[in-house]
Amino acid sequence: MLPRLEPRKEPSRLLTWTTPLIAVAATLVTGAVIFWFMGHSPGTALYTFFVRPVADLYGFTELLVKATPLVLCAVGLAIGFRANVWNIGAEGQLTLGAVFGGGLAIFLHGTESALVQALTLPLMLIAGVLGGMAWAAIPAFLKTRYDANEILTSLMLTYVATLLLSTLVHGPWKDPAGYNFPESVLFGEAALLPVLWDGTRLHLGGLLALFAVALAWFVLARTLLGFQVKVVGMAPQAAGYAGFARRRMVWVTLLIAGGLAGLAGIVEVAGPIGQLLPVVSPGYGFTAIIVAFLGRLHPLGILFAALVLALSYLGGETAQIELGLPQGITGVFQGMILFFLLASDVLIRYRVRFGAPAIARPATVAEGGERAEQGA
Amino acid sequence: MSNTPLLSLQGIDKAFPGVLANQQVDVEVAPGSIHALLGENGAGKSTLVKIIYGVLHPDAGAIHWQGERVDVPSPHAARRLGIGMVFQHFSLFDALSVTENIALGLDDAPDMAALRERIVTVSADYGLPLDPDRHVYTLSVGERQRIEIVRCLLQEPKLLIMDEPTSVLTPQETEKLFATLRRLAAEGCAVLYISHKLYEIQALCDTATIMRGGRVVASCDPRQETAHSLAEMMIGEELQPAVRGAAAVPGEVRLEVHTLDLPADDQFGTDLYNISLAVHGGEILGIAGVAGNGQAELLAALSGETPLADNDQITICGTPCGQLDAGARRALGLAFVPEERLGHGAVPEMSLVDNTLLSGYRRHGLIRLGVIDYAGAEREAAGVVEQFDVRTPGVGHVAGSLSGGNLQKFIVGREVRQAPRLLIVAQPTWGVDAGAAAAIHQALLDLTETGTGILLISQDLDEVLAVSDRVAVISGGRLSAAQPRAAVDAGQLGMLMAGLHDIDDPGGQAHAAEA
Repeated sequence: MLPRLEPRKEPSRLLTWTTPLIAVAATLVTGAVIFWFMGHSPGTALYTFFVRPVADLYGFTELLVKATPLVLCAVGLAIGFRANVWNIGAEGQLTLGAVFGGGLAIFLHGTESALVQALTLPLMLIAGVLGGMAWAAIPAFLKTRYDANEILTSLMLTYVATLLLSTLVHGPWKDPAGYNFPESVLFGEAALLPVLWDGTRLHLGGLLALFAVALAWFVLARTLLGFQVKVVGMAPQAAGYAGFARRRMVWVTLLIAGGLAGLAGIVEVAGPIGQLLPVVSPGYGFTAIIVAFLGRLHPLGILFAALVLALSYLGGETAQIELGLPQGITGVFQGMILFFLLASDVLIRYRVRFGAPAIARPATVAEGGERAEQGA
Repeated sequence: MSNTPLLSLQGIDKAFPGVLANQQVDVEVAPGSIHALLGENGAGKSTLVKIIYGVLHPDAGAIHWQGERVDVPSPHAARRLGIGMVFQHFSLFDALSVTENIALGLDDAPDMAALRERIVTVSADYGLPLDPDRHVYTLSVGERQRIEIVRCLLQEPKLLIMDEPTSVLTPQETEKLFATLRRLAAEGCAVLYISHKLYEIQALCDTATIMRGGRVVASCDPRQETAHSLAEMMIGEELQPAVRGAAAVPGEVRLEVHTLDLPADDQFGTDLYNISLAVHGGEILGIAGVAGNGQAELLAALSGETPLADNDQITICGTPCGQLDAGARRALGLAFVPEERLGHGAVPEMSLVDNTLLSGYRRHGLIRLGVIDYAGAEREAAGVVEQFDVRTPGVGHVAGSLSGGNLQKFIVGREVRQAPRLLIVAQPTWGVDAGAAAAIHQALLDLTETGTGILLISQDLDEVLAVSDRVAVISGGRLSAAQPRAAVDAGQLGMLMAGLHDIDDPGGQAHAAEA
């Protein structure tokens, strides 16, 4: 006898905001069980994973460094998700941001002129944004012109983007003095983001991310554009009624998300990495999807969610070193968070019932209709 | 027969956040009676019948069924007691047959062949012609309602609850429904009948319970009352009929539709054929018709939600705009009240302030450099609430929390206050009580005096006749020529409305609703 889901009469408002915490708690408990099965003391392992990485000041700044690209990508994605535009390709847009901005850095590398030196970094950041936008423009065009599903196109373009970067770094952009390693030249001082705090890797990108959060909050809460995004997402028919063009929303939200992801890409390259490598992101663009939902698609929520997910990267590294666990442990924890988040979201709206389906099915249909009536 | 009432409610209380929907409600329904439940929107009628049908649970009070105290935890339990309910909006699957739809709504797993036989028998017995093998999308609204009624009758109910059943019917269909209900009552099945149409209640019902503000304020025999006295009991004050200003002098053409053909993009939709019409400033053109005859398609074409291939087929205030979207047409001076309130005319999860912005930010100038003037939007929302007597605890509350009639008042008010040059309204008083309907009609008439042209599309024939200067009928996607209101009568329009639709209607069309 299969269990079935029955809609609750009224989803709890409080729970809607506490599910992210429930999801994190469930992840910790399940994580402890997994560690135990792998032969580690759960307490020690959890400590190693979640506390040790940020136990000192340097570790804490590393957390912020990892959270920066997550925040930038997730804020852009969240605006799109609010409008039901499902851009899954932030990773590819991030990569293209790195290609455009990093390519410019390589092109300008070694120029003596003081003016060029001063302009290098701003131009790189702009190029990075444009690169991400260009990559996001492809699914936007295919969606508005041919009604191609943006989930598929943006996702597939991610693989094109990473292969493009890899090809460039293995070929024309390889450092001539680099002993044939697939790496570009190390960027000069003019092409690197200033470090905010000596002795750490905390760089200007962190402030850009904070600025993006504030700007996104303002756009969503106070501007016509944000209002249109929300209406399109909540009631597409009402958006058509008010004259908010759906096509324009697809373009605008994809370009915003692409631009921010591109910025994340160039910030990584001009920040902690400092050169172009065949791979410049450990999946920040994908993890940002989890960040966006864990943060309830709200810019402030995203700020906190990004810290949680950034910790999973750091914890994964520490667990590899100290406990000898495989690299996949990061993905396991990220997956568990998303799984528990989605599961608790379902359970807020539905209750699980075990019963005789033969009688239950028509009754559910009839009562569903009645409930819809009640809402009218 | 004993004097035990079939159903007796005593001291029913039901509170929702911020509102007492039912307070100390006592109602008794006698076996075999046709009992009307009358009241304004928000008077608590829907809450009460939902309690009877087990959809809602009372906070206090007792329900007695045939003299015994009962608890009705679910619609399933209500059906088992012998209570059936036909909702105003049907829950039918378009792509399934009549028999399949009925099977889905029954509590016991039925044998399809036997069920088909029973449907044929019951529909023949009660004068509800219904082909059990037809698919629902091929049926008229009246036929769809018959499915819901037959579904209830198959369970041999002792009480049948009907929520505004005639709002979607032609006068002829209404008459047939009444015959069925009288027959049921004669066999001992009580009917609890909710309607805003007072003359219907007088024609059909033998008892009426009148509710106001969640309380029962009167019980009477509606046949002993006038429609006017019933309406006054309902709203608790003197009823002001809509007043027409000086005879409208037709102004310039505000809307012109020229030989519009439009194939439906939905397989269950209606194609439009060769539609031409003109609306002048200062007049109301009324389009009557039974639901599903092309109104939705025509509205979408006019509002810009379905842009056309030919730019010249629609002209608003002198500008050809067939290819323009809804926003661009609003910029030309169009305001629009759609038929569906939630999700179309308003975003249910958003506040009334946000919903004021939704269609009003252009005409009210509420956007500066892309930033929303929330203070201005709040003032405008408060203005709508006050002018149109929208009952809500505050403009910060979400649209979905308003009762249907109040939300309707809000949406109509929001559009009217934009001082449009052309207003297109669909079903402006759908589910709205008599007092509010009169206020809405008055607002429309007042608007024409400022020179606005109004296109009114409504299934409520009385409404079309009450406010329109000229009247046309839409049927099967074709629009009849508009005639001055003085030149038409309800019976003739009813025939036009049924015209291409109810071919299975065997004569007997001579009697309109007045019969």
